[in-house]
Amino acid sequence: MTNAAVTTRTAYVNARLLDPATGLDAPGALLVEGTRIADLGPGLFQGAVPEGVAVVDCDGACLGPGLVDLRARTGEPGFEHDETLLTASQSAAAGGITAFAALPNTDPVIDDVAGLEFIARRAREVKLVKIFALGALTKETAGKELTEMGLLAEAGAVGFTDGISPVADPLIMRRALSYGSVWGKVIMQRPEEPRLAGGAMNAGEIATRLGLPSIPRMAEIIMLERDLRLVEMTGGRYHAANISTAESVEVVRRAKAKGLDVTCDTAPPYFALTEVDVGDYRTFFKLSPPLRDEMDRRAIVAGLADGTIDAVTSDHQPHDQDSKRVPFNQAAFGAVGFETLLPLVLELAHKGAMPILKALAAVTATPARILGLPLGRLAKGQAADFVLFDPDRPWKVEADRLLSKSKNSCFDKRPVQGMVLRTVVDGRTVFQRPD
Amino acid sequence: MSSPHPHDLDARAASFAHRHLLGIEGLTAPEINLLLDRADGYVERNRNREPASELLKGRVVVNLFFENSTRTRTSFELAARRLGGDVINMSVDGSSVKKGETLIDTAMTLNAMHLDVLVVRHQESGAPKLLADKVNCAVINAGDGSHEHPTQALLDALTIRRHKGSLKGLTVAICGDILHSRVARSNIHLLNAMGATVRGVAPPTLLPSAAERLGLEVHHRMETGLKDVDIVMMLRLQQERMQGQYLPSVREFFRFYGLDYEKLKLARPDALIMHPGPMNRGVEIDSQVADDIHRSVILEQVELGVAVRMACLEVLTMWSGPGNG
Repeated sequence: MTNAAVTTRTAYVNARLLDPATGLDAPGALLVEGTRIADLGPGLFQGAVPEGVAVVDCDGACLGPGLVDLRARTGEPGFEHDETLLTASQSAAAGGITAFAALPNTDPVIDDVAGLEFIARRAREVKLVKIFALGALTKETAGKELTEMGLLAEAGAVGFTDGISPVADPLIMRRALSYGSVWGKVIMQRPEEPRLAGGAMNAGEIATRLGLPSIPRMAEIIMLERDLRLVEMTGGRYHAANISTAESVEVVRRAKAKGLDVTCDTAPPYFALTEVDVGDYRTFFKLSPPLRDEMDRRAIVAGLADGTIDAVTSDHQPHDQDSKRVPFNQAAFGAVGFETLLPLVLELAHKGAMPILKALAAVTATPARILGLPLGRLAKGQAADFVLFDPDRPWKVEADRLLSKSKNSCFDKRPVQGMVLRTVVDGRTVFQRPD
Repeated sequence: MSSPHPHDLDARAASFAHRHLLGIEGLTAPEINLLLDRADGYVERNRNREPASELLKGRVVVNLFFENSTRTRTSFELAARRLGGDVINMSVDGSSVKKGETLIDTAMTLNAMHLDVLVVRHQESGAPKLLADKVNCAVINAGDGSHEHPTQALLDALTIRRHKGSLKGLTVAICGDILHSRVARSNIHLLNAMGATVRGVAPPTLLPSAAERLGLEVHHRMETGLKDVDIVMMLRLQQERMQGQYLPSVREFFRFYGLDYEKLKLARPDALIMHPGPMNRGVEIDSQVADDIHRSVILEQVELGVAVRMACLEVLTMWSGPGNG
């Protein structure tokens, strides 16, 4: 028998299978053949695993679809001192993320086919997790001229966004929603009216005490409401990223009730932290949008629980130490998030806000659906992208030990529950927790 | 035994348990009184031109100013010299500094020189706190962004106390550009801690959000805001910090919010007029009012500033051990 023709077969036995897409939550096993899931289920290998199949004993750990991250920033090209696609991939793999969509906010901006191809080539070279590219919505994310959305879509862009810079001009947004609908890709916007948002933290008592210029909630709500009216006008497909206020949830809820093709996400800081965490000018808590208050935080949890908020993203934003160890107003916005995404999403389940399958859906099947990717689920014939994790194991986040090149976590020292044990992409183990 | 010596350290060390003076927020009334009492003693000594004491002999005070300032820097310098300390002035033009690295670098450099007190002014809120976390000496905030200017509030309090006997029960109107003012924030904290009623009088565009949560009775018109107040504290209109338009014009601002004799009539007849300087004459204050020797205590504020800074230097170097947070 020649080995060349033999497909590797690996059985993951003694697992708790979790698949949010089908509601599966049962003890069982999963068989990988090559890069695909060949079979899975509670009944699989009830007798014994056939000969020639490698066996991984999961020892009762959860086996769920690999996490799909809707939006993450890497530093490549242009900001390699913050993060490269390699370190981003290592960090993502350690977080149980098997696919992420990279924001176009690089230097140069990913606003043409060449840029997109660069990301695709580097992703192939790094070959850890799957990296998809979000194309810029406007050239150089300057908000003035549309990119070649058709060509970018054809070259593999999974969606369009100006990422960290909102598109302020209503006419550009209108045209983007209208023209973009032809290509079947989502238009993503982190809504924030820049003219109202020239500050460093949430407007309110704390910003006033600290003497910091502030960003009112309305900066987000106004642009979100405007965009949703434009969706109504154009019939476009729109995704609001990183929503952070109670009213944003309400606004999206109303838009969905009207039947608009709208989805939205938030990120863990907005359901796990508040502006109080900024404390005495702690720049690692300087995020965009800014951390809000406790009422907003609760509304975000409620929005996730009732499904108004569809997905949770890492909102991974790596920044080196120099851009955070400066006075608050000068510090960069954003925090790394890959390696803390799963435990913080599980925290929603641990705290009883929602069942575990619902929490996992927000980081697997739902974001995959928003991006139009056949990922985020456990099914026969699917790519073997999954994560083994212990949902209960407690650990403490240690920013210095994160694999991301930048250590700017806003969850440093936080006790969390839920640990990634192994991450598998296309049947290959890309991360395994050292014992 | 003799009566307690003014520099009896042990007796009062416990009553000021802070290593730095980064703001008024967090100080208790007894701590504020302690600083004011010490400062009061220095006022007479300075007036009598007594020779410098040797309290800070051999101690090094560095004035690190990232923002232009003449009066505050001079005041700190004089205060340190009156106590026999060595003073070094470092002025760093904020705009030429390549932002933050330099701040930490500067801190580490100064650290290596074994200072005793670092007096910092910076255009960004929180910069002194960042330095305080990195250096091994006491840090005094000489004004940071729109956050705090604690020695200004202390000298204002001393000025008021010397005229009115006490701060308790007084009504103080803080008028003008409260949004951008660190002086306003420090005064709001101090006056509230000492039992005064604090009004903020400003157009809504020059008030920070949730200002009332800091203990401010908010008024948008001088007509109501100045009624029967004991103290009128005017603020400088900080046009250099304004991004975008907060007011239609300076002329209009002066008409409605500038302090003139007409508006002053609303205050109590013995109300004091204060201003932290430098004044924009004809913008927030009429020249004649500012120079009215019967009402204005603006120059006295400057004078008492030296005594207050002497008290702060003394308390932080003498009374506060490295173990005190």
